[in-house]
Amino acid sequence: MKGYAGKFLRVDMTTGEVRADVLSEDVARRFVGGYGFVGHTLYNEVPEGADALSPENVLCLWTGPVAGTTIPVSSKYIMGARSPATGFIGFGIASGGVGSELKAAGWDGMVIKGKAPTLKYLYIQNGNVELRDAIPYAGKTTWETEELIREELCDDEVRVSSCGPAGELMTCLANVTNDRNRQVGRSGMGAVMGSKNLKAIAVRGTGSVEVANLDELVEFSRDLYKRCRGPATEKYRLYGTPANVLVHNRLGCLPTNNFQKGTFDHAEMVSGERMLETLVKKVVACPSCPIGCDHINVVKDGPWAGTVSSVDYESLELLGPNCGVDDLNAITKAVELCDTLGIDTISAGVTISWAMEAYEKGLITSEDVDGLDLRFGNAEAMVEATRRMCLREGNLGALIADGAARAAEKVGQGSEKFAMVNKKLEWGAYSLRSLQTATLGFATSVRGACYLRSGSYQPDVKGTVDRYHLDRSRGKYVFDGENLYAIIDSLIICKFTRGIYKDNDEIAKILRLVTGFDITAEEMIKTGERIHNQAKLFNVKFGVGRGDDYPPDRAFEEKMYDDVNDGAIIIRDEYDEALSGYYEERRWNEEGIPTRELLEDLGLDTKLGV
Amino acid sequence: MDAKRIIVCDTEKCAGCEICEYICSIFKEKTINWSKSRIRHVRIEPTFDIAIACRKCEEPLCVKACPRDAVIELEDGSVRIEKDKCNGCGWCIEACNFGALKLDWDHKSVFACDFCADLDQPKCVEFCPYEALEFTTLDQVGHEAGVKAFKRIIEELG
Repeated sequence: MKGYAGKFLRVDMTTGEVRADVLSEDVARRFVGGYGFVGHTLYNEVPEGADALSPENVLCLWTGPVAGTTIPVSSKYIMGARSPATGFIGFGIASGGVGSELKAAGWDGMVIKGKAPTLKYLYIQNGNVELRDAIPYAGKTTWETEELIREELCDDEVRVSSCGPAGELMTCLANVTNDRNRQVGRSGMGAVMGSKNLKAIAVRGTGSVEVANLDELVEFSRDLYKRCRGPATEKYRLYGTPANVLVHNRLGCLPTNNFQKGTFDHAEMVSGERMLETLVKKVVACPSCPIGCDHINVVKDGPWAGTVSSVDYESLELLGPNCGVDDLNAITKAVELCDTLGIDTISAGVTISWAMEAYEKGLITSEDVDGLDLRFGNAEAMVEATRRMCLREGNLGALIADGAARAAEKVGQGSEKFAMVNKKLEWGAYSLRSLQTATLGFATSVRGACYLRSGSYQPDVKGTVDRYHLDRSRGKYVFDGENLYAIIDSLIICKFTRGIYKDNDEIAKILRLVTGFDITAEEMIKTGERIHNQAKLFNVKFGVGRGDDYPPDRAFEEKMYDDVNDGAIIIRDEYDEALSGYYEERRWNEEGIPTRELLEDLGLDTKLGV
Repeated sequence: MDAKRIIVCDTEKCAGCEICEYICSIFKEKTINWSKSRIRHVRIEPTFDIAIACRKCEEPLCVKACPRDAVIELEDGSVRIEKDKCNGCGWCIEACNFGALKLDWDHKSVFACDFCADLDQPKCVEFCPYEALEFTTLDQVGHEAGVKAFKRIIEELG
């Protein structure tokens, strides 16, 4: 079997036993890799009712068939587990060199169970795999952990994924960092690492990555590199993803002050253009990436001088405009805190903006926020709140560390209505009422509030549909996007390259060249549908229903007024209709449960079908 | 003296994608294996990247260091590793000031860049998507730096 290492690791943290298991060709063909393998592993191996932070939960890490090849931006890996934040499927994809290194070490992935008696890290050097003492790294930041492990192993080429102090504290929103700037960000995979007493995974591989057709793969890669330097990726190369700030502001979909508005008066102050001019020191790339979207900011002066971090659109937007903050230095600092201490920037931004709104409305007191002047626009308060959230410090840290939904549950008084979450996970940086197809896609996503599962903002942004209204036909956009993205996330290739492919057959071609599987574009998309439904079945196993597929109440109950929008709102009946349309497209029932017929058709377990 | 062409890396352009390492292993070893690359990417966190290959030193220390005369200096200034003599002791790697040599884990030997001698330019240079790598002479590098500096002065003076 080419493209795959053909084997994966099984790690029992409780006993310390590590053993190799075989990746079957059947699983490879049916689920491709990455996201597909996560869904397959978790559905089959997480026991019913297992608490996300208990030893029974399963933490898996997978690469896809393209990891370690020359295909542009293919060095990715995914981590998955039942999410402590949502209770449903949790996972995050990160770039950097861990995925390619793991493949070169001869492993497609790993499945980790149990809980170690003391803090450990997993060291994989080709066929030598061991759990090592990580007590010296307890409480260390992710950046310190990377450096210290390399020092301990006397190998600067070791790639390290680690959780920060927030992960060790089992904070619901804890992330995992590798190569300093790359994160398994969403849905709390860092907390699951913490719950298993697993501080880090360190990988070094010196083997070869075998593909089915090397000569053609290289020629195709050469062509793709050229396309990666062309117009399809220009904005990522030039400004990185913060190029979107002014675009979204013009469209009235730049979440501001906890999604109360869709435009920000000081958008120019935090634009990608301004960031490039004033803060960006260097563009860096992940292995095999010809684009280089990662823009490293270095703060030169002021209270946060010396801060270094890679700031992308979501982080910038949600810790910036969505908290009313127009100070790029402060945003860069908050991102650095999140990345090093180990919390997802998206969840951090949306949780702090919730706290700011609750504070301004008098629903939480000065004592609740440790005396911080937590008003929208206060950059210093935003940075301090981020730090407290990461370390669960003080009253404020205790209140907000586990995210907006749980904080709102404690505070009540209607604050639940402006906790901008879906499935208890914080919303991405796209305004709800002025991008309504996007909202449908985010709210129905298996991971919760997810902008990465379907690209459902595209018909809104491109003007293909009326973005201020919903109708039954919108489900089709979400359906198509999800099936394709399921493949992209299973191969795993970077979504920023999606524009360089002429059609889906070129993506199928990657799979053919790497694995040798004879697969058409149509079969590939069907596989995407299977992968998506497998992930959905995991959620069904843990009790998901129609009610979990709605955006927060603010979208239905408050009209949005700003420079672009004049009373934008989502009409509940329209949303209901669009949701039913989506379920119908998916061949799910009105509760959003897959039908047995569909599951049979896709070759999935029919037990939970209706 | 003929000017020697070497692989020069513009550190402002290099983003650390390591595609040079992938490509080198493919064209030299017919497999994807960056640990078998003749060019080495080095990153110093957080903001420095460079790719390093043989510098064609005037009096190569790697040649001098080899106790088995397995490192041979060629006419173009590059070095060749005589695999039948080499036992992978690694003194040449220690001797090189640039980290341009790499241990061959599988064959108890060492990898050294031959600049794809049978081609017009090395494959890594051809593939570098950031155009950070150039196959050029140090004289030319100096000249281009001078041109660049002069252009900047002209622009500033209007």
